Amino acid sequence: MRRLTKSITDGVGFDLILVGVPLAFLLVFSGLPLIYNVLMSFQEVDLFSLGQLIRPFIGFKNYQAISAQPEFWPIMWNTVIFVVCSITGQFVLGFALALFFDQGFRGASFLRGLFLVSWVMPGLVVGAVWNWILAGDFGVLNYILTSLGVISENIFWRSDIDFSLWAVVIANIWLGTAFNMILLSVGLAAIPKDLYEAAALDGATAFQKFWTITLPMMRSTTGAVLSLGLIFTLQQFDLFAAITSGGPANSSNVAQYWAWELSFRQYDFARGATVSTIMIAFVMIASVFYVRSTKHEVRG
Amino acid sequence: MSALAMNRLLLVVALFLAALYLFPLYWMYVTAVKAGSDIFAYPPSFLPGNANWGVFGDVWQSRDMARYIWNSLVIAGGTMGMVAILGTGCAYVLARYRNGWIDFALFLVLMLQVLPASLMITPIFVGFSAVGLLDFPRLAVIIAITAKAMPFFVILVRATFMSVPLELEEAALVDGNSRIGAFLMIVMPLARNGVLVAAILIFMQAFGEFVYSKSIIQDVNYQPASVGLNTFMGPNTVEWNNIMAYATIYVTPILAAFVLLQQRIVAGLTSGALK
Repeated sequence: MRRLTKSITDGVGFDLILVGVPLAFLLVFSGLPLIYNVLMSFQEVDLFSLGQLIRPFIGFKNYQAISAQPEFWPIMWNTVIFVVCSITGQFVLGFALALFFDQGFRGASFLRGLFLVSWVMPGLVVGAVWNWILAGDFGVLNYILTSLGVISENIFWRSDIDFSLWAVVIANIWLGTAFNMILLSVGLAAIPKDLYEAAALDGATAFQKFWTITLPMMRSTTGAVLSLGLIFTLQQFDLFAAITSGGPANSSNVAQYWAWELSFRQYDFARGATVSTIMIAFVMIASVFYVRSTKHEVRG
Repeated sequence: MSALAMNRLLLVVALFLAALYLFPLYWMYVTAVKAGSDIFAYPPSFLPGNANWGVFGDVWQSRDMARYIWNSLVIAGGTMGMVAILGTGCAYVLARYRNGWIDFALFLVLMLQVLPASLMITPIFVGFSAVGLLDFPRLAVIIAITAKAMPFFVILVRATFMSVPLELEEAALVDGNSRIGAFLMIVMPLARNGVLVAAILIFMQAFGEFVYSKSIIQDVNYQPASVGLNTFMGPNTVEWNNIMAYATIYVTPILAAFVLLQQRIVAGLTSGALK
C-alpha cells in the first residue's frame, strides 16, 4: 500500500494517473459515442428502444434508406459547396490580411489581434447579427450593395433558394478569416528575412518575391491551415441554426445540420446516426491530413 | 515617400480594414439602441439618432436573461474547471516524455479534437439517456463539452509545458522534492500564464456553446443564453433591436475580456502549436 502511494506521488504512477484519467475520460465520452454511433447506424431505432443497447440489426438498410431520400444528393452537394467556398474565401482573405499586417508598422499586432473577436464570439450571436445584416427588405448589406450599384433590386438572402446557402457562406467566411489570418501570420513571421534581402539585391520585384519565396516557404503552414479550415467548416452548425435553419426547402441544408435535424426534429435517431457516421468518416480523413501537417509543430 | 509617411499610410489602411471587418459588431450595437421604428428606416441610418438606452434593461427583464446568463456561467465555469483539472496533468505528461506511447496518445487527442459536435450529439444524447444522465441536464452538457474541448486545451498547454526547462524540475527532485511536489511547486507556477489563457479560451468557448445545450437541455430553467437567443429569434421576428440588445448583453463581457487579454491570448494561440 505504501509503495503504491509512493509510486503515485513520486514515481511512474504519478505520470500514469495524470495521463490515464483524462484519456479514459476522452475514450468514454468521445470514443464510445463514436463506436455507438456506428453501431446505431446499423440498427433499427425507435423512441421505445432508445434506452437499449441491443436492437434489431438491419444491416445497411439505414444507409439505403438515407441515400434514397430525394434530398440526400442536394444536401451533400450543398455541403461540398459550403466547404469549398468557405475555405477558399477564408484563406484568400486571411492570407491577404496576413501579408498586409506583416509589413510591420506601429500598431500592427494590436489591430491584427482585434480581428480575432469574430472568433471568440458565440456562433449564435454571429449568426444573429448576420441574419439581421442579410435581411431582405431592411438589411444593411442590400442597402450597401444597391448604393454601390452592384445590385438593382434587393436580394432575399435568407428566403431565396438561390441565395440561402450563400448567406451562410458569407457569414462563415467572416467568422473564419481572422483565425486563418493569425495562423498564416505565424507562418509569415517564421520566414527568414535575409531571403528577401538577398532577393532584393538580385533585383526581384515584389511579385517575384511573393511567388518564389513567400509561397514556397508557406507550404506546410498552408497545409495545416487548409486542413484545419476543413475541420472547422465541417463543424459549423450555429450559423445554420441562426440564419436559415437549413431552409427554405433544404436549399441551405448541409450534412452536419441535416444529421441533427433528423435526430432532434424528426426523432429518427437511426438516420441521424447514419448521416453522422458518413460525415465522421470524411472528417477522419481530413484530420489525418491535419495531424500529419501539424506533426512538426506539435511534436517538435 | 519617407518611412514615417509610409508607416502612417499603412496604419490608416489598417484602421480602415479593421473598421470594415468589425462593422457587423458595430451594426449590432447601433441596432440595439435604435428606437423600434428606426430600424426599418430606408435608407438605414448608420448612427443611432435618439439612442434608446432603456432597451437593455427591458430585454433583460422581459427575456428573463438573468436565468439564461447564470446557466451559461454555470456551464462555462463547470467546463473550464473540469477541462483544467483533467487536461493540465495530461498536457504535462505529454510534454515531458518522447516515445511511441506518447505519440500514440497525442494522435488520439488530435483525432478526438476534430469530431463535430452536431454529429456527436446523436450518440451522446442516446447514450446519456440510456444511463440516466439526461436527468442532470447541465452536468450532461458540461461533460459533453469537456470531452469536446479538452483536446484543444491539452495541445495549447502542452506547448506551455514544453517551454519550462526540464533542468529546473530535475534540480527540485535532487533537492528532495517528490514528483508531485516538483510539479505543483516548480512547474505549475512557471506555466501558470499559459494554463490561464487556455482555460479562459475554454471558458469563452463553453459560454457560447449551442448544439449540446440545445439538444440536451429541454427544461427552460436550465438553458443557457445561446439557446435563449435561438428561442428569441423566431422565424418571422421583427424585434431586431431587442434581439441585438440581447446579443449585446450576452457578448459584451466576452469581448471586454478578450480585448483586455488580447495580447496574451494571441500569443498563447500562436506560440508552440498550430491548433
